[in-house]
Amino acid sequence: MNGLIGFFEQLGPNLEVLGARLPQILDGVWTTVLATVLGGMLALVISFAFGILQTVKIAPVRIVARVFVEFFRGTSLVVQLFWLCFVLPQLPYPLGFRLEPLVVGVLALGLNYGAYGAEVVRGSIGSVPKGQYEALSALSLSPVRGLFRVIIPQAWALMIPSLSNLWIQLLKGSAIVYTVTLYDLFFQVEQIRRQTGTWFAFLFALLAYYLIAWVIVIIMNALEVQAKHRIGRGPALSTSLGSLLRAPGSASVAKGGLT
Amino acid sequence: MNDSWWSWDHAVAVLPELLIAFVKYTLVATVLGTLIAVVLGLIVAMIRRVSPAVIRTPVTWVVEFIRMTPLVVQLVFANLVLSPYVDSTFAIGVWVLGIHYTTYMAEVYRAGIDSVPKGQWEAATALSLPQTRTWRAIIVPQAIRSTLPALGNYAISMFKETPFFVVIYIPEMVRVAQTYGGDTFRYTESITLAGLIFLASSYPTSVLIRRLEKKLA
Amino acid sequence: MPENTAAPVGEPHIEFRDVVKKFGDHTVLEGLDFTVSRGERVTLIGPSGSGKTTILRLVMTLEELTGGYIHIGGTPLQYEEQGGKRVRIPDKRRRRTTTGIGMVFQHFNLFPNMTVLENIIEAPVHVMGLSKDEAAHKAEALLDKVGMAWKKDARPSELSGGQQQRVAIARALAMDPEILLLDEVTSALDPELVGEVLGVLKDIAAETDISMLIVTHEMQFARDVSQRVMMFDHGSIVEEGTPEKMFSAPENQRTQDFLRAVL
Repeated sequence: MNGLIGFFEQLGPNLEVLGARLPQILDGVWTTVLATVLGGMLALVISFAFGILQTVKIAPVRIVARVFVEFFRGTSLVVQLFWLCFVLPQLPYPLGFRLEPLVVGVLALGLNYGAYGAEVVRGSIGSVPKGQYEALSALSLSPVRGLFRVIIPQAWALMIPSLSNLWIQLLKGSAIVYTVTLYDLFFQVEQIRRQTGTWFAFLFALLAYYLIAWVIVIIMNALEVQAKHRIGRGPALSTSLGSLLRAPGSASVAKGGLT
Repeated sequence: MNDSWWSWDHAVAVLPELLIAFVKYTLVATVLGTLIAVVLGLIVAMIRRVSPAVIRTPVTWVVEFIRMTPLVVQLVFANLVLSPYVDSTFAIGVWVLGIHYTTYMAEVYRAGIDSVPKGQWEAATALSLPQTRTWRAIIVPQAIRSTLPALGNYAISMFKETPFFVVIYIPEMVRVAQTYGGDTFRYTESITLAGLIFLASSYPTSVLIRRLEKKLA
Repeated sequence: MPENTAAPVGEPHIEFRDVVKKFGDHTVLEGLDFTVSRGERVTLIGPSGSGKTTILRLVMTLEELTGGYIHIGGTPLQYEEQGGKRVRIPDKRRRRTTTGIGMVFQHFNLFPNMTVLENIIEAPVHVMGLSKDEAAHKAEALLDKVGMAWKKDARPSELSGGQQQRVAIARALAMDPEILLLDEVTSALDPELVGEVLGVLKDIAAETDISMLIVTHEMQFARDVSQRVMMFDHGSIVEEGTPEKMFSAPENQRTQDFLRAVL
């Protein structure tokens, strides 16, 4: 790596190296995408489960859910990752098994970001206007039915920007999984560093993550437009494709994302 | 491997090391990193607010690029590029952490300022107040209401992301735990204790922040 | 407050010359000309979107002129002619002119982080250069006039709408304005609070010779206070005259339709 001019001089040969190692790079991309998607799905399930559980009338349930959430938010992602990878196998029966790196990664990402997501879900459910709950009462609709048919669809539209930011955080967090031998995009790019020099390799890595992040942004923006349309607060997706390229929801960033 | 899954001997042995690393690296990194983010974030927010588009657009791109790409990658990258010139890996780590969080803080400042109702600006204009006075007496005190809690939340978030320093081999608390486990083949106590130390410090702090938020609202 | 010294009606105080205001593609005012004399009270009426509020906001420099000129007491306000070209007057110089202009807003816009007294002395101290004591003395007299002296250490959030608006009026008057702009100052108030605010404004109108530009739906108030009423529609003056004439015998069809709908 010899400065900016060197960068461009080396660009051609570097791209060749990239081409030669493409299968491994794509392997890495696939692993990262897999961890991000599976981790995201697990996180979503946990977010909804523990977010909703915190809103039920039965106090013990609420408290247990809260403890779970605070536990996984309060301990750090890396600790959770290492715990699943190094400590779990050392525990006595019935817990002393060794998990696959992918499972370790997905579990850690899902539990950690799921706990943060639970706060988002809980908050959005709380943001639905009280009048909606009152209408449910007036119509004698069962609370459970009301929750799923009326409250959650409205809360969903509200929570998407925050969940979108969390998902991107998850993507960024996934870059740590190579430390538990899950060979992701970052790991594979590190392998070609010796041949291409630091700048090319890392700019490529950063760009790759950036592009994946934008795919997430576009998907989530589409979901948001669709969700808002379904509750009558926005245009249909087909008519507002331009809004898909809107930058990630800054309102939730501004609140302090991971709280 | 011992027959008991938890060994108090090991726990006691590793705890002091963990706590020292916690204070020396985790806490210090959080404090310094937050300082960097608070100051640089304000500068970036002001640049984005008052600059012409020619400056504002590239700044926005760079900020968004840093914000949406992994801290891990940025840490390793910066370390590889800078370690021939900079002695302290810790300093590199702290700066990368600080700059990464600057991108969040700039957004926090922007939202805080935007949250002040337009009518306040108009009243200040109607009274012919000069800009500096308007900012100092009217806008900033009202913007702080949402800015402070968010700042606190990001500080806590940064605190919990300091373990990413393992990738550049800074001996912060989780690395110490991992190293201890590697040396003694006993990971259970070291990593569990590391997690509990995190929990014990971040949970009360976030409760405090939430209370601060309620008080300011 | 200065006494009502019968100033010669006819000396131009606010002059709009060929004023154009566009918001993007939407033109609100086009080639607008009118004059308000010193000490005159003019009420602007008309449907929403007709440009009346925009006129007030242009005088207060809350909106930027797209074309044309506004003169305050002979001095250009936003743009001036320099060597045949239309040149923007810098903000600092604009502020010198606007210190003589005060505005009361529909939504009061009191500073929530300050007490009532602090709200009122803020500008006199930091713009007019009064000492805190002088300003406080003046503020208390004004608060007395608007009937809010007993709340001088309260915060805006503790006050009712009518109380907040009276404080807002005192705040505007603390700057000894020559021109007072009133933008639908009672529209956001509960009906029973409207009277107290209008009462204060009527007193001010009677006891001072401040020129006033008023946008309101309160037709009785307009009749009590103004010498002239201007009916606006789509950015132009469709009719103007004394309140008696405008309210009892309007000539223009648009005016008749509008008044029939609101009165």
